[in-house]
This record gives sequence, C-alpha cells and structure tokens, in this order.
Amino acid sequence: MDDKRLENLIGQLLRAGVLLSAGLVTVGGIFYLLRNHAARPDFHNFVKGGPQITTVHGILLSAAHLDSQGWMQLGLILLILTPVARVAMAVVGFALEKDRLYTVVSLIVLTILALSLTHAG
Amino acid sequence: MTALEFTVVVWGLSALAGFLGALTGLGGGVVVVPALTLALGVDIKYAIGASLVSVIATSSGAAAAYVREGFSNIRIGMFLEIATTVGAIAGAYLAGRVSTHALAVIFGLVLIHAAYSSLTNSGERAHAVQSDKLGTLLRLGGDYPVDGRRETYGVRNVGAGFGMMFGAGALSGLLGIGSGAVKVLAMDRAMEIPFKVSTTTSNFMIGVTAAASAGLYLSRGYIDPRVAMPVMLGVLVGALLGTKVLVRAQVRTLRLVFGVVILALAIEMIVNGFLGKV
Repeated sequence: MDDKRLENLIGQLLRAGVLLSAGLVTVGGIFYLLRNHAARPDFHNFVKGGPQITTVHGILLSAAHLDSQGWMQLGLILLILTPVARVAMAVVGFALEKDRLYTVVSLIVLTILALSLTHAG
Repeated sequence: MTALEFTVVVWGLSALAGFLGALTGLGGGVVVVPALTLALGVDIKYAIGASLVSVIATSSGAAAAYVREGFSNIRIGMFLEIATTVGAIAGAYLAGRVSTHALAVIFGLVLIHAAYSSLTNSGERAHAVQSDKLGTLLRLGGDYPVDGRRETYGVRNVGAGFGMMFGAGALSGLLGIGSGAVKVLAMDRAMEIPFKVSTTTSNFMIGVTAAASAGLYLSRGYIDPRVAMPVMLGVLVGALLGTKVLVRAQVRTLRLVFGVVILALAIEMIVNGFLGKV
C-alpha cells in the first residue's frame, strides 16, 4: 500500500468518526433541550462540572444511564479520539512500508497523545 | 437567556465562524472564542474548551478532501507534531494557571497576528528546491501538483521550524485554537516549504495538536457539553459550507473583510482583558 492510498483510507475513516460523533452529540443535544429548554444555565463564571462530564469513567456511566449530557460528552470523546486514531494508523502504515524512521516518529507522537489523555482523564 | 435561546444563538454564531474560517483558511476558533466571550459574556474557559473541540472536528472532517488533492506531506506533519503536541500540553497546563484576563489579552495579540497574516498574505512565494542536511536526513522533501505535473521541493531550517511549532502548539493548548496561522508561518517562511503544502499539512496537524491538550481540558471541566454541543455542530456545518463555496468566492476581498473584523475583535479582547471584563 502506498502513501496516497493509505492516506485516502485514513481520511475516509476520520470522516466517518466525525459523523458518528456529530450524530451522538446531536441526539444528546436534542434530549438535553427537550428536558432543559427553559432552564437558565449560567456560563458567565466558570464552575467545574462533576465527574459525569470530566472523567471518562463518569461520562461512560452517565451515558449508560441515558443522561443527555453524558451522550453529548461521549460524542465529544469520540471526536477527540479521531486524530489519535489517525496517528495510530500512520504507525501501522509506516511499519508496513518498512519505513523505520517514521514508524518511530509516529510512535513518539502516539505515546505523547496517549500519555496526555490517560494522565488527564 | 434560556438554554434553548443560548443553543440557537451559539449555533448560529459558530456556523458563521466556521464558514468564514474555512473561506479564509484561518479556522473557526479565532472567531468563536471572542464571539462567545464578548457578545454573550461566556467565561473564556468554556469558550476555549468548546473551540478546541470544534478545531478537532474541522481538521478530522476535512482530512479526506485534503488528501485527495495531494498537497499535504504526512512526513513533515508527523515529524513536527512531536513539537506541537509537547507544546500543546505545556500550553494547556499554563491555561489553568494564567488569569482569564491575561488569557483574553494573549488571545487578542494572537488575533492581531491572524489579522495581519490575513491582510498581507501574498500566497505562493519562492520555495526551496534542495533540502539542507537535516531535511535530507529526515527525508522531508516531496512533490506536489502544479498545473497538472508534479513539482519537487526541499525542506530547510528544520530546527527553527521545529522550535516555532512548539510555540504554535503552546498557543493552541493555551487558547483552544488550531493556531494554523503560526504553523503555516513556520513551514512557509522558516522551512521554505511551498504555501499550498504548508496550509494543507497545517490542517492535518491541527487536529492532532488539539487532541494533545483535550485530555487536560476535559478533566478541568473546560469542555462543557452545553456549550460545546452548539459550537461543534455549528462550526462543522459552517466549515462544510465554506469549503463548498471556496471555489467560487472572491478570496482576496474576503480576506480583507475578515482581517478587519478580526482586528476589531482583537482590540476589544485586549481592552476588555485589561479592564477585567472578560
């Protein structure tokens, strides 16, 4: 497989990921508005939300309980993972091309991303 | 404002920002953040969290289209991402320690640079034909389509470009933007890479850079779904429309208008930051 075909495949997969994420966010958003359309949320002063929107575990739990904010947040996590998937696929692609230098380069980027996501979440 | 009104207004503003961002190549983030903070009084932390998410959406969503054109260089992108991702983590870490007023002022300064690059951008310039030593060692050179044939190019000043990319990543993590203008600056000016290759490779890098600070943003609560939902969906729709219109648009006039708008937003952002209103 050459650079071009690989990149094309990656591009298609990324778009599918974005569409799936947008779908989840839209469904969650509709349910959120159906239930809370008349609420008056205050965004003027930042207040950190609870674990149901700030930790992966909490988000998965609230999404499993069909909470609308959990669904939206689940879609956003999926979105955040699309560039990570892109780098992971590049690692595989360069390895298949037997390009040792760039297999290592993309592995370094993947490691940085993995560390930043796991240590924060 | 009720949740429904807020969602509709933010969606509309974000769609406009995504549309203009795609047409001018500056991305939606530079308009979304000032629009939310200045027009709606949203805390800048919610604004940069929502903007960061929309930046990833446009970068990943447009990847397929850019690949088809054959301009982007995945080796250059991947190598420089080592610098942008580390920079992004540093920037996101700083964002939690800097006051919101300071964030607003820094944002304003970055907007001034974006306005400047939008107003003065001359597009294609002379580029390097031969790579220098490090560029050759890293096999960064490539070729891209010019008038139906492939033209080869080299890559130079890799160290300087790498350093600037760390800065671009730090700004991205600090302000929740793609910082595409700085990325293009590093590739086009410092590394002497052709403009078209620089802009498309920059788009490819923006999503990966943003993903590096997304974890910190999420755990700090900057990504609130009630704000991020309309921003992400709005920017995505706007950007899709923008790329469709791009072919027919008067890009020069647009860049001029956009540059002036951004300059006005920059001044307002800085003034409000100093007055402690943002």
